[in-house]
Amino acid sequence: MQPLGRATVPRRDPAPSRWAYRMQRLWLTPLFRVLFRVGLPLACVALIVGTYIADQGRRAALGGFVADLRERFEDRPEFMVTLVSIEGASPELAKAVRARMDVKLPQSSFELDLDQVRERAEALDAVQSAEMRVRSHGVLQVVITERVPVLIWRSDDGLTMLDASGHRVAGLAARADRPDLPLIAGEGADAETTEALDVMAALQPIAPRLRGLVRMGARRWDVVLDRDQRLMLPAEAPVAAIERLLALDQAEDLLSRDVAVVDLRVPQRPVLRLAPFALSELRRARGLAPAPENDL
Amino acid sequence: MTDLYQSQRAMRNMRRAAMQRGVIAILDVGTTKIACLILRFDGVEDTRESDGVGSMAGQSNFRVIGAATTRSRGVRFGEIAVMNETERAIRTAVQAAQKMANVRVDHCIACFAGAEPRSYGLAGEWDLQDSVVTEQDVARVLSACDVPDIGQGREVLHAHPVNFALDHRTGLGDPRGQIGNRLACDMHMLSVEASVVQNLLYCIKRCDLELAGIASSAYVSGISSLVEDEQELGSACIDMGGGSTGISIFMKKHMIYADSVRLGGDHVTSDISKGLQVPLVVAERIKTKHGGVQATGMDDREMIEIGGDTGDWDKDRRQVSRTELIGIIRPRVEEILEDVAARLNAGFFDQLPSQQIVLTGGASQIPGLDGLASRILGQRVRMGRPLRVQGLPQAATGPAFSGAVGLSLFAAHPQDEWWDFDIPTERYPARSIKRALKWFKDNW
Repeated sequence: MQPLGRATVPRRDPAPSRWAYRMQRLWLTPLFRVLFRVGLPLACVALIVGTYIADQGRRAALGGFVADLRERFEDRPEFMVTLVSIEGASPELAKAVRARMDVKLPQSSFELDLDQVRERAEALDAVQSAEMRVRSHGVLQVVITERVPVLIWRSDDGLTMLDASGHRVAGLAARADRPDLPLIAGEGADAETTEALDVMAALQPIAPRLRGLVRMGARRWDVVLDRDQRLMLPAEAPVAAIERLLALDQAEDLLSRDVAVVDLRVPQRPVLRLAPFALSELRRARGLAPAPENDL
Repeated sequence: MTDLYQSQRAMRNMRRAAMQRGVIAILDVGTTKIACLILRFDGVEDTRESDGVGSMAGQSNFRVIGAATTRSRGVRFGEIAVMNETERAIRTAVQAAQKMANVRVDHCIACFAGAEPRSYGLAGEWDLQDSVVTEQDVARVLSACDVPDIGQGREVLHAHPVNFALDHRTGLGDPRGQIGNRLACDMHMLSVEASVVQNLLYCIKRCDLELAGIASSAYVSGISSLVEDEQELGSACIDMGGGSTGISIFMKKHMIYADSVRLGGDHVTSDISKGLQVPLVVAERIKTKHGGVQATGMDDREMIEIGGDTGDWDKDRRQVSRTELIGIIRPRVEEILEDVAARLNAGFFDQLPSQQIVLTGGASQIPGLDGLASRILGQRVRMGRPLRVQGLPQAATGPAFSGAVGLSLFAAHPQDEWWDFDIPTERYPARSIKRALKWFKDNW
């Protein structure tokens, strides 16, 4: 007789259980697959990292460790700047630049903010531009382009040397220190240095007689020659006026005469102002009036 | 009936959704096996019109990417007898097919053989409002068909408009846009037992699948195994399954009659089992290896080892000649075919211009069946195999799979049924407006 009750070895059912079937269908769902394969590991990692980070002490320790590592790396001797070499500047300027740059040596090149240092160096008036680069063997090379003074500006504050763009280069104690530079004066003269230089170039034929240029009313130039002669130039096109004057001078020998002022402000009508003696002499020669009493 | 109309419409919408997703499962719930095919619709139909082949009956735009078969459990006569067993079998098949396809399917189209299908021919007439046939007129003539009493607990499975007639011209396939006065239509309606459909729906729902269509297996195996001219000129497809034999008659590319005989290959097996005193499994093996219906002198000498493990030497050493086996098989097959012949006569098959008979289904593979069938059913009998579709594994190309393949074709290109046409406009708004007016009258 066969045993009653359940069979000892139940026949295997080839059919998947409802849950197995559902799981397989779920696994065949593309979104679920992506989430399972990518999202789940990511979530796990995020969970572990999050749990570790959540503690304040561990976070600080981690930060400290990273900072320490970074510091140790940056402080390696390969990256230390030990020397500043300044090129292209006169010794006294180099000294001023070195003082102004204020780089504490030795310093790691990671900590060195070259842009800031460059700004500090360029803040000096005499420095047109400074080029910084950290060379091997810990050398901070600074290549300086100096401003070249072309003019001396006499103002209320004293004598100042200007470069071609009108920027201050340095102060000057006495005119005699730089006799090679032409002199300009007057309010707002430093703003029009290019025009001043053009006028100077035009005045080349009478350069030995030139004393300087005076900016009148921050508007136009007066040329001051020796013997207190003045050429009053127009505000517009002063160079053309000078050329006309030079032509007149060449023809009539104008400037060597006893003329106090040549007024060129109206181009069509140059006006001469004679010196008092010459004027009285002229009148006398014409027999117009008796010459007034003169000390000369 | 409107309820069914709505549910069939819902299934059509589901089918459309499945098409958009591109993957659909085909489920052939049979008595001996449950087959599941997974189709992928690429949407890119390789149209090579120049060589005159056309779209290959619509099967060129899908590809079978998964196929699985499992032994059916809990199905008798093509109807579900034990629900949870069938559900497990469906699950097995679907899971295996999904695994092969490596894709998840959510929609399936199912077919079944049993449920006592009954055919009805319906006729309707409609006077056209303005001499041109519009879609609304087609819908109206379809709804004008007088529906016979299909009986308690039965549902309409198919309702094909077979023929349209306009005044005295008949045989119109698509009457839209034509001019006439009176539109008439013939409709073929197939009704089945509602409870069987309910059981199948329940099983499929338990497998987390959405049903996107349901079809009779006699109809779909006719689609797959009849060639085009056979469908056009008139032919019958005999789908000999395990538990039931489906009959469908096609004419002018429409099914005009379907029926089923509740006899099949399983009965042959049980006859062998009883006759030879062997278990059903052995009987099935003997049937498939040595079966036949036409005995010859050679078969007297061919002895078949029956085997057994009772421990009785004499019983376990029994041998039976093939003639004896054929003597058991043949009467049952004859019975089946005679029943089929009776059903074909009931469907006026002898009136058709061409009386081609195509035998398909798993039980049609008995050697010599075509000779026997031509003796009983008529001269023009051939063995049918399903159409070849892309990607179908070699193992699933036999006649046993004509239902599954036909269902694939049905999924790709369903014929227009009654519920594919619009609801006539005067049907539903009028009633609801009337109801709203009545409500107003009653309350104010």
